[in-house]
Amino acid sequence: MAVNKGASRIAARPEPARASSHKNNTAGASVSRSNTSDRISSYLAHHRVTALSSLQRLLATPLQSLLTWLVIAIAIALPAIFYVGLQNVQALGSGWQASGQISVFIHKRARPQAIQMLQAKLLATPDISSAIYVSPEQALAEFSLSSGFGNALDTLDDNPLPPVLLLEAAVSVSSPEQLKALALQISTEPIVDDVMIDMQWLERLYQLLALGQRAVLALALFLALGVLLAVGNTIRLAIESRRDEIVVVKMVGATNAFVRRPFLYTGFWYGCIGGLLALLLLAVALFWLSEPVARLADLYQSEFRLQGLDAFVSFKLVLASSLLGLFGSWIAVSRHLYQIEPR
Amino acid sequence: MIRFDSVSKRYPNGFDALTQVNFELAAGEMAFLTGHSGAGKSTLLKLITLIERPTSGQVFINGQNLNRINSGQIPYLRRNIGVVFQNHQLLFDRSVFDNVALPLQIAGYQRAEVGRRVRAALDKVGLLNKEKQNPIALSGGEQQRVGIARAVVNKPPLLLADEPTGNLDPQLSAEIMQLFQEFQDVGVGVLIASHDLGLIKRMNKRVLGLSEGELVHDGLLTAASYAPRPVTETEL
Repeated sequence: MAVNKGASRIAARPEPARASSHKNNTAGASVSRSNTSDRISSYLAHHRVTALSSLQRLLATPLQSLLTWLVIAIAIALPAIFYVGLQNVQALGSGWQASGQISVFIHKRARPQAIQMLQAKLLATPDISSAIYVSPEQALAEFSLSSGFGNALDTLDDNPLPPVLLLEAAVSVSSPEQLKALALQISTEPIVDDVMIDMQWLERLYQLLALGQRAVLALALFLALGVLLAVGNTIRLAIESRRDEIVVVKMVGATNAFVRRPFLYTGFWYGCIGGLLALLLLAVALFWLSEPVARLADLYQSEFRLQGLDAFVSFKLVLASSLLGLFGSWIAVSRHLYQIEPR
Repeated sequence: MIRFDSVSKRYPNGFDALTQVNFELAAGEMAFLTGHSGAGKSTLLKLITLIERPTSGQVFINGQNLNRINSGQIPYLRRNIGVVFQNHQLLFDRSVFDNVALPLQIAGYQRAEVGRRVRAALDKVGLLNKEKQNPIALSGGEQQRVGIARAVVNKPPLLLADEPTGNLDPQLSAEIMQLFQEFQDVGVGVLIASHDLGLIKRMNKRVLGLSEGELVHDGLLTAASYAPRPVTETEL
């Protein structure tokens, strides 16, 4: 038997190239393709081809793919919409907070000159944008008008209300802590009896927002799990439908990475396009809401307008969705692909 | 090229497919593997391609002990063995060209090189004009030749065939055998599992006869030396 040099190299080894093979008169000259740059470029070319053909495969069954994309898009868009809602409420809250009000109650026996001096002093402070003096008489008149206790108040011998300075904090005072510090500082003035900050509701709002953020996070996690399962199941079916092909390519020497690659790309495309669809859904929802919100804001003389996601957050959303798709298919592939072996 | 050293294979259900099989196939040698169905032909081929592992004994491919090859190395071993299946295992979602190109794409060949080698292989089996067709449109004989082109496109030093003529008429079978002969002529080792005794006799090659998992014959086939069971008219 003629032992052929090229033909005798049959060891299992990682490099796929065989530079010179046995002389097959039909195959012409064999070209060495064992150098590294060639192999890297053909590896990258294979990635490109696989990525593209995976996408084409999805587009070849548009209805089926669209259903999966919509499932992913809804699962991504839902927490995103709540997130956008929270962001907007927060923006609204900080707008109101900037006009944080402080009520300074003055001792009843304080002399009018002292009150005027304090008012001037407070106005000179950069943290305070306005200071309005409300005398006990004004306060009583206002109270009897607005409370409906007018007749009852008439029976009082003297006015129980103290003189008040209504302060409005400057825009630079933006956090509840700063507002509190300012109030504490004012309370050290000798003629000041008590200082009240109208911010309890603001603290409650912030607590609610924190709660809302947690709820959105929990919802997002649940729905992310749903995306994983949806992609995983879809990929499982794809693997099942390509069982014959997997057996053949494994038989002719495909590595697990080679077999895995198209499915991972499929998962990636499910996530990526699902994420883009989610952005679209979000944009439609915001557009639908923006006009009534603007009209409502106008009624409150507010410049507030609904804000969507910025470009960076949108990018992160699509990236997260793509990674979810990739991870979901990875789970399916690692569970099912190794069970398919040539028989 | 191939060496079986006291190889036994017992399947998990307790069935002894092979018992103490010893033989050696030199590089570039051509031989037939025969025996009735269930005699262990397929199991023997599966041990060479590492679809199955032996229960005991050792299989060597070109001096390499397959027991020492881990599952991550199996793909690279398989790239050096061309396999032809009875049902040809072609993929009907792609053209003849793409079917034949599969082993080259897996091995990471450049595009131009893939095209050249695929056309050379298709030319060799006489199907160059069908490269763009879907294999489902081809006849049984043509499909089998596409399968052979795919098995040799990577220029493997060893070619295995499992009942390659099982579904073909005698004329087509003879043509397929002629093809295998041509591969041997250029130095490829060929091992063909077949129960077509008439065809095997005409080829006049070394025959490994299996019966109930044991190697009962090794050598040229003569009526006297090998009769695992009465040969029926239809088989001849």
